[in-house]
Amino acid sequence: MKLGRLLEWMVRHGRLLSIVMLVIMAGLVIADLLIEPAYRRYVWDGIGGFGAIYGFVSCILIIVVSKALGYALLYKPEDYYEEETADD
Amino acid sequence: MIEWIHPSLVLIVGSLLLAFLKGRLRQAWMLILPVIVLLLILGLEPGLYGQFSFLGLELTAGRVDRLSLVFAYVFGIILLVGAIYALHVNDRIQHVAAFCYAASALGVVFAGDLVTLYVFWELMVITSVWLIWRRQNPVSYAAGMRYLLVHALGGVLLLAGVVVYYASTGSIAFDQIQIGGPAFWLILIAFLINAAVPPLHAWLADAYPESTVTGAIFLSALTTKTAVYTLIRGYPGTEILVWLGAIMALYGVVYAVLANDIRRLLAYHIISQVGYMVAGVGMGTLLALNGAASHAFTHILYKALLFMGAGAVIHMTGKAKLTELGGIYKYMPWTFVLYMVGAFSISAFPLFSGFVSKTMVVEAAAADYRPVIFLMLLCASAGTFLHTGLKLPWFTFMGPDSGLRPKEAPLNMLIAMGIAAFLCIFIGVYPAALYAILPGPVDYNAYTTGHVLKELQLLLFTGLGFFLLLKHVGGEAKISADTDWFYRKGGRRLVGWIGELIVGINRRTRTRVSELLAAQAERVDRKHGRDGKLARSWPTGSMAMWTAVLLAALLLFGIR
Repeated sequence: MKLGRLLEWMVRHGRLLSIVMLVIMAGLVIADLLIEPAYRRYVWDGIGGFGAIYGFVSCILIIVVSKALGYALLYKPEDYYEEETADD
Repeated sequence: MIEWIHPSLVLIVGSLLLAFLKGRLRQAWMLILPVIVLLLILGLEPGLYGQFSFLGLELTAGRVDRLSLVFAYVFGIILLVGAIYALHVNDRIQHVAAFCYAASALGVVFAGDLVTLYVFWELMVITSVWLIWRRQNPVSYAAGMRYLLVHALGGVLLLAGVVVYYASTGSIAFDQIQIGGPAFWLILIAFLINAAVPPLHAWLADAYPESTVTGAIFLSALTTKTAVYTLIRGYPGTEILVWLGAIMALYGVVYAVLANDIRRLLAYHIISQVGYMVAGVGMGTLLALNGAASHAFTHILYKALLFMGAGAVIHMTGKAKLTELGGIYKYMPWTFVLYMVGAFSISAFPLFSGFVSKTMVVEAAAADYRPVIFLMLLCASAGTFLHTGLKLPWFTFMGPDSGLRPKEAPLNMLIAMGIAAFLCIFIGVYPAALYAILPGPVDYNAYTTGHVLKELQLLLFTGLGFFLLLKHVGGEAKISADTDWFYRKGGRRLVGWIGELIVGINRRTRTRVSELLAAQAERVDRKHGRDGKLARSWPTGSMAMWTAVLLAALLLFGIR
C-alpha cells in the first residue's frame, strides 16, 4: 500500500505542488514567447503563449456554454424517462 | 497445410466450447483462446483469402492488407485484455457473447466484399446487445432494446445500400464507394450510425453506461472503431465528414460537462474522440488517414483503460454517479493511478499514446489549411482533458469525501488495466512501433519542440480554468436530454397522439353514424309512424265532397 501513502503525501502537500505547477506553466509561456515558432501558417502561429490562452478560454467557454445549454434546455430530472414507463 | 484460417471462425467455435466449461477450466480457456486468436492475427500475411462463390456472388471472407491488419491487431489485444478483466465474472452467456462480438468485429475488418461485411455487421449487433442485457435490470433491458432497434435500422439501411450498389455497379467488392446516388448515402448513413455521428449517436450514450461492467470494455472498443475502419475504406476524402467529425468532437464535450454517470461521461468522450477519426477520414490526406487509423488504435487502448477504471469503481462501490462518489483514492490507489494513465493518454499529454495519434489528425487539419477545423479540434482537446482527466477523477477519487470505503479492485482487473496502461505509455514513448504498422508510410514527428510546448500549454491552462471554476463543474443529479429524446419521449408522444387521433376518429364516426341512423329512424317514423303521412287512413268523406263539387260544376257549366 505504498502507492496509497505516496498519494496521501501528495494531497497533503497540495499547495506546494500547485505552486510548482504554476511555476512550470509560467515557464512554458515564457519559453513559447522566446522560441521562434516552427510554422507561420496562421495568424496565431506567431503569438507566444497562444496555446495557454486558447486552452484557458476554451475551458471557460466549454463550461459556461454547456452549463447554459443544460439549464436552458437539456437538464431533466433523473426520473424523466421513467414516469411514463411506470404506467405501461 | 492449411494456408488460411479465419480468426473469427476460430473465435466463434472456441467460444462455443466456453459455454460448456466451468470454474478454473473456463478461466483457463478464456485466456488461451484470445492468445491463440492474437497469434493467428499476428501471423497473417497481406493477401486475399477465403474466396468462395455463394448464390452466384463472389465472396471474400479474408482480405488482409495493412489497413485491416492495424485494426485486427488492436482488436486482438483488446480481446485478451477484456477477457482478463472479465475473468472473475461467472456468466457464460456474457463471455460467449463478448467473444462472438469480437469475432464479428474481426469479420468486418477482414471482409473483402459488402455481403460478408453485412453479415458480420448484423452479427455484431445481436452478439453485443447481450453485454447490455446481462446487467439484468429493467433499465438495461430497455436500453438494450433501444440499442437493438437503432442498429436494426442501420442494418436495413446497409442492406438496402448494398442491394442498390450491386444493382447499379454489378459488383459487391468493398472498396471506396465511387458512385453517387442512393447507394452512396444509404451505406454512408449505416456507417455513420455505428460511428455514432450526431444526430445518429444517441444509442451509444444511452446504452453503454447501462451495460455490464466488463461488457463495456468490448463495447467501447469494437462497434465505433469497425465503423471508422469502414469509413476509411469506403469514404476517404468525403468533405461532409470533416465537418461532421469536428462538430462531433465538440458535441461529445458539451454533453460530458452535463454528465453525472461516470460511464456516460466516458461514452460521450467516445463520440468526441471518434470525431477526430471521422474528420481525419473526411480530409483524406495520407497524414489524416494515418492519423485516423492510429488514433483508432490508441483510442481503443486508453478508452478500454478508462472504462476499466470506471468499471472497477462501480464494481467495488456499487455507485456510478459523480454526486455519490468522491475521496476514494486512498482505498483504490492502483485503480486511480492506472485510470490516470488512460486519462493522460486520451488528453494527449506528451509521453502518452493519445499525443502521438491525436496531434496527427490536428496537424493534418493545419497542413490541409483548415483553420476553423483546426481550432475546433484544439478546443475539443481542451474539453477532453477537462472531463476525462480532471472532472471525472477529481469528483470520483479526490474531492469531497463520500464516506465510501471500498477495497482495491480484484487482481485480474488490475492486471488487465496494467497491460492497457503499459501499452498506452509504450506507444507514447516509442511511437515508431505504432507508425510502422499504419496503412501508409508515416512522415510525421509528434515530438517537435513546437508540438510539445503548444500541447502542454493548452492542457495545463485548461487545468487552471478547471480549478478556478471548481464549484461549478461538479456532477448534478440530473440527466440531459439528447437526440434519443425523439424516440423515447417524442416517439411515445407520437404513439399517444396517433392513439388519441384514432380514438377521436372512432368516437366521432360512431356519433355521426348514430346521428344519421337516428335521423333516418325519425324520418321513417314521420312517414310510416302512427300519425305518418303514409300510415293515415284514406279520407273517404272528403272524396265524396269533391265528387259533389265536380258534379255541381258539371251541372253549372257542362250541361247546357
